[in-house]
Amino acid sequence: MTMDPQTIIARRIAKELRDGMLVNLGIGIPTLVSNYVPPGVHIHFQSENGLIGTGPIPQDGLAQARLTDAGGRPVTAIPGASTFDSAMSFGLIRGGHVDLTVLGGLQVDEQGRLANWMIPGKMVPGMGGAMDLVTGAKRVIVAMQHTAKGKPKIVRRCTLPLTSARAVDLVVTELAVISFANGRAQLVETAEGVSVADVQAATDATLEIAPELVTQPR
Amino acid sequence: MQTTTLKSAVERIPNGASLMIGGFMGVGTPERLVNELVRQGKNGLTVIANDTALPGVGIGKLVSADALRKVIASHIGLNPETQRKMLAGDIEVELVPQGTLIERIRAGGYGLGGVLTPTGVGTVVEEGKRKIEVEGREYLLETPLRADFALLHAFLSDYQGNLTYALTARNFNPVIAMAADTVIADAEHVVPVGMISPDHVMTPAPLVDYLIAA
Repeated sequence: MTMDPQTIIARRIAKELRDGMLVNLGIGIPTLVSNYVPPGVHIHFQSENGLIGTGPIPQDGLAQARLTDAGGRPVTAIPGASTFDSAMSFGLIRGGHVDLTVLGGLQVDEQGRLANWMIPGKMVPGMGGAMDLVTGAKRVIVAMQHTAKGKPKIVRRCTLPLTSARAVDLVVTELAVISFANGRAQLVETAEGVSVADVQAATDATLEIAPELVTQPR
Repeated sequence: MQTTTLKSAVERIPNGASLMIGGFMGVGTPERLVNELVRQGKNGLTVIANDTALPGVGIGKLVSADALRKVIASHIGLNPETQRKMLAGDIEVELVPQGTLIERIRAGGYGLGGVLTPTGVGTVVEEGKRKIEVEGREYLLETPLRADFALLHAFLSDYQGNLTYALTARNFNPVIAMAADTVIADAEHVVPVGMISPDHVMTPAPLVDYLIAA
């Protein structure tokens, strides 16, 4: 079975979810992670516009104009959900109450520092909540394709403006899982049918190979 | 607190004023007040808000109407018009991390001289700011924000101006209610005093100067 890169990435990240976690998912591939929550695991999903207990997209005709996600799209709130203002929402994020955030990425450098909020002269959307999330969440996972138009996104030095000086914990791509636990890029997992050489060829940063490197069946 | 009409509330806002406006991508934005600002042809305004929504929605209408001189926001990415006017030099845009923006507003409203946040340390956001070390960790000193007017969207108001908000339409509203010289609220429903339990009031009445009645 062949899967598109987004699905491979989202399914792999879902394995990092643990029962009871408070989790904030960014827009794009990160949002897909909520489709693969393991059975028996209950996750409190936060939307930074002021909601814990974010549920699926509402059925046609059941959208509620005052209940949206951080992208402004209608969502539902599951039983047990709570709402709050933006100061508390970012207190949850910056104060280390959010167990895990999953964000998209443009570049990650060899020390695990992420750039994901602007391309000078081209794309200047504003950082929104990204800088607070990377700085404050207990654990940060980047969900991104390994390359963009054939160019590596895991690089020696980011050429794009950083989102935070704090290193991310894990980068998950369609080819590999790379850990930055020790402040160095370490290849800990390769996707099915992908060799270490394939990963290295698509990566600009120098990768250490974990002694316990695993090939992940998907 | 005075009840007033949309027209006379907005007539109090001079061209060139600074406004904090509630809402997150238009949700929780006082749409009728925005429409009236456009109808009265206000211009030269500074808007402090989370984002500029979309063209034709919420604060996006002020962008389209060329009513704004400056925007202080965390995100303008979903409104290409704001980006275009920023690049053309027609609107000055100050981008602030969302958690920092709301804390700067909170500081302005709570009488604080600023906040210390780790967000932005080691990025372009730290340029020109004081760095202060506390217990071995570096923080940026972020200064308070206040405005001439705050424009709120509430779910319920009583006739004294006690407010509650609904679901994710709360966002910036209760925080900006503390940080402006004049606070104007528009509520989806105006109810008799006593209908909102004291425990459920999110913005106490003395903070509200004008409530739009009908």
